[in-house]
Amino acid sequence: MSIFTEAQSKAILDKVVALSKADETSARLTGAIEGNIRFALNNISTSGVVSDVSLAVQVSFGKRVGMATINEFDDAALERVVRRAEDLARLAPENPEFMPIIDKQSYKPSPTFAAATAAIDPEFRAKVAADSIGPCREAKLTAAGFLEDGQSFVAFANSKGNFGYQTATSFNYTCTVRTDDGRGSGWVGRDLTDAGSFKAESDIRIAMRKATESAEAKALEPGKYTVILEPHAAAGLISFMMNFFDARQADEGRSFLSKKGGGNKLGEQVYDPRVNLIADPWDPRAPVMPWDVEGMPREKMPIVENGKVAALNYSRYWAQKQGKRAVGAPGNLIMAGGDKTTAELVKGTQKGILVTRTWYIRMVDPQTVLLTGLTRDGTFYIENGQIKHPIKNFRFNESPVIMLNNIEELGRPVRVAGDESTLVMMIPPMKLRDFTFTSLSDAV
Amino acid sequence: MDRRNFLSMSGLGIAGLMIPFGNVIAAEDLLAPLDVAKKKAWADAALNAARAAGASYCDVRVGRYLRQFVVTRENKVQNVVNSESTGIGVRVLVDGAWGFAATNQLGTDGAAKAAQQAAAIARANARIITAKVQLAKTPGVGEVSWKTPIRKNAMEVPIKDKAELLLGVNAAALGAGASFVTSTLFSVNEQKYFASTDGSYIDQDVHRIWAPMTVTAIDKASGKFRTRQGLSSPRGLGYEYLDGAASGKTVLPCGVTVYGDSYDMREDAVAAARHAQQKLTATSVKPGKYDLVLDPSHTWLTIHESIGHPLELDRVLGYEANYAGTSFATLDKRENGFKYGAERVNVFADKTQVGSLGAVGYDDEGVKTKRWDLIKNGVLVDYQTIRDQAHILGKTESDGCCYADSWSSVQFQRMANVSLAPGKDKLSVADLVKDVENGIYIVGDGSFSIDQQRYNAQFGGQVFFEIKNGKVTGMLEDVAYQIRTPEFWNSCAAICDDKDYRLGGSFFDGKGQPGQVSAVSHGSSTARFNGVNVINTARKLG
Repeated sequence: MSIFTEAQSKAILDKVVALSKADETSARLTGAIEGNIRFALNNISTSGVVSDVSLAVQVSFGKRVGMATINEFDDAALERVVRRAEDLARLAPENPEFMPIIDKQSYKPSPTFAAATAAIDPEFRAKVAADSIGPCREAKLTAAGFLEDGQSFVAFANSKGNFGYQTATSFNYTCTVRTDDGRGSGWVGRDLTDAGSFKAESDIRIAMRKATESAEAKALEPGKYTVILEPHAAAGLISFMMNFFDARQADEGRSFLSKKGGGNKLGEQVYDPRVNLIADPWDPRAPVMPWDVEGMPREKMPIVENGKVAALNYSRYWAQKQGKRAVGAPGNLIMAGGDKTTAELVKGTQKGILVTRTWYIRMVDPQTVLLTGLTRDGTFYIENGQIKHPIKNFRFNESPVIMLNNIEELGRPVRVAGDESTLVMMIPPMKLRDFTFTSLSDAV
Repeated sequence: MDRRNFLSMSGLGIAGLMIPFGNVIAAEDLLAPLDVAKKKAWADAALNAARAAGASYCDVRVGRYLRQFVVTRENKVQNVVNSESTGIGVRVLVDGAWGFAATNQLGTDGAAKAAQQAAAIARANARIITAKVQLAKTPGVGEVSWKTPIRKNAMEVPIKDKAELLLGVNAAALGAGASFVTSTLFSVNEQKYFASTDGSYIDQDVHRIWAPMTVTAIDKASGKFRTRQGLSSPRGLGYEYLDGAASGKTVLPCGVTVYGDSYDMREDAVAAARHAQQKLTATSVKPGKYDLVLDPSHTWLTIHESIGHPLELDRVLGYEANYAGTSFATLDKRENGFKYGAERVNVFADKTQVGSLGAVGYDDEGVKTKRWDLIKNGVLVDYQTIRDQAHILGKTESDGCCYADSWSSVQFQRMANVSLAPGKDKLSVADLVKDVENGIYIVGDGSFSIDQQRYNAQFGGQVFFEIKNGKVTGMLEDVAYQIRTPEFWNSCAAICDDKDYRLGGSFFDGKGQPGQVSAVSHGSSTARFNGVNVINTARKLG
């Protein structure tokens, strides 16, 4: 069993701290049971369950730090891992940016665990695959998808008496549906803490509809267009930008948030005044652990407020050096919006392009956060409030910073997971002017 | 490609208690191998248990994966991590369906139990599948071993020496005017033991090394910053790669020194500092059509994305549709002699090339590795296959492309080293450049992005130079080129001869769900591509 109770975890961690002869000791115990099922060409291809638990012990003598890990928990094993960490610390070079362990904290629990998700078994996963494949087979469409679910726990303690324990669940389903002639493709994705309400048989209809409706795509000239980005399409660009909210990078002059002549843009108007981004580990729509990887307590806090930069990420070292207060690095990102759905934004659009998904987003120029990437799995031309016809995919070269200065309207946020981000996000559909497409793609 | 994950990982402080790739161990533990006799006993226990459970085929992988990272910035060693991950993965075929299970319990009991679990999963999957697995025959090879031909085992070099090397490199960059510098040394040793019911017991000792570096120059007054990354490649070599031997160096007509089988990191750090500063004031490119001269330190990534991936058979068939995507290079194109590139374009796959990241003796399903053609005289002739795909192409044997990134991951199709063959006629880089009237010379890999069928791609680079009437005239900035794959390879107007052939590559080619990484090299000589669309990537923020 890879999920330890709070009492089991505390007993192990207390022993570790007591065993240590180092100046400071901290230990972190993590465990997870993760299941998955993968299907392609309307057939299940692989499925599996992986369970693992690991104890990491970090000790320090002065500014010398050592770390060791183990996945056995009897007394002899605990002694072994502590001694190994001590040996490594004695051999390590001094870390000039060493920070002492954190003081005792109090953490407010966040709703990261859902019993329905933890109860998922192989039959549930097989049914998700079957409910995705079945309707596609009937409609002469081809499904390829992946479901990964899990339950996990984190527990940590240190020699200053700090302790934290919490459990969590995760659920991420994606499915790509293609027409048999390969001319249409649609996608659906669902990221949840509580999978209780999930129904593959209804979600799959979204991907099926997009696949069918995207099949007769016409080419449009690349250029600047008014676009409506569905939340999934916008998430990849926005989460990429959040990687550059580091205070040290900005202060060092190598970030879009650096100021000419030195310093950073904290407090400055960088976006349209309608842009509001917050972190809130307790938001029931997108809950995350109430601490970051170092055990620093997270806070509900604005990151961008009315378009002004309200917070940058300070590591404990950089905060101390700059005379700032360090808080836990955000684990989620909640972007405010309006009430309209994507469909309602389409209705209010004279001419524009609906982008349902973006793909392979990479940095082109960090100076301006210029990103390139492509549209994928359903791109449509809008005229007089209606979807007129599917269009061929585009490559874009666009900066999310520029994009969030070109807002026409924001819709109702929904929960999304980025393809390449660990942030849990609430992102609205967004109508933007002058979005830059630089070339056409023949890919379907 | 999953470089972002590596970059975020290498920036982690120890305080985060985030452990990459398994358990953290002491440096001297990296040198103690597992006893082969023990591995054979565990493997036999799994093979016997699988047979008893009704398996028609079984393979067992006992893997010990060792990695060492030394991460520095400026005058600080930020992180030193030695990690180990050891365990047993068992794959079985029961009633025509695959099952896989893995355990970190080393011993005959753990191995046998994993085989039984794998058989139970296979039996359950057999009830659902509509097509039974057809496995290409692979002869058993008995007890054999293979080792990367290294001269100096990086794991034997003391951490102190490595830290000194990197801090010296950083000091050299700062001395040459860099504002910031990060440098990392990444050493890998995979001790992989494979056994199968075909009668193979294969013990392999695989070594790889990578020394990435990023140098940043900042102009505080204008707020502008530019970086130049090191021009090394991750390689299937030992610590000798860092000797900086003169034989490994080439000075290009644009004045940049590039590296072959030996890397001078300190020299490159000084050059990087100068380039990063020059980039701050370099001419911003005028968008339009240019003839591109691509150095092998750049071309490897274009080959990887626009030839290597689209010719993976699992993508062509649709198995990767939900993640990485499918391929424009459909099976009918091979039947119809699709003209992938100009006649001079010959592309081969090779798992045997010495010094390459992909070089091994056998793949992770016991197939002896080889070299074969993918594109011959510009025409698509073949794909990359594994044992259960060979029959789809009418082949009687696998191409040896089946790999897993850990003992706990199931093996699946991964890209071989896919390389552009050097030109057959004698042609130096200087001679190639002197014929270019209006061109851009690109050295080093940069930004990369490609669509899910591998048609439309965009690439940046590290340094760019204008070529006018056969002469390199000065540095350019804000350059990226966009291609449509077949047009691009058909625009190939010249390829230098084998004297210029060099390898580039990646430690982290990402694929699959759950995701796995793979290390792969791509070789080429300097090549010219005519009339390629170049865009200007400079933007202004409010």
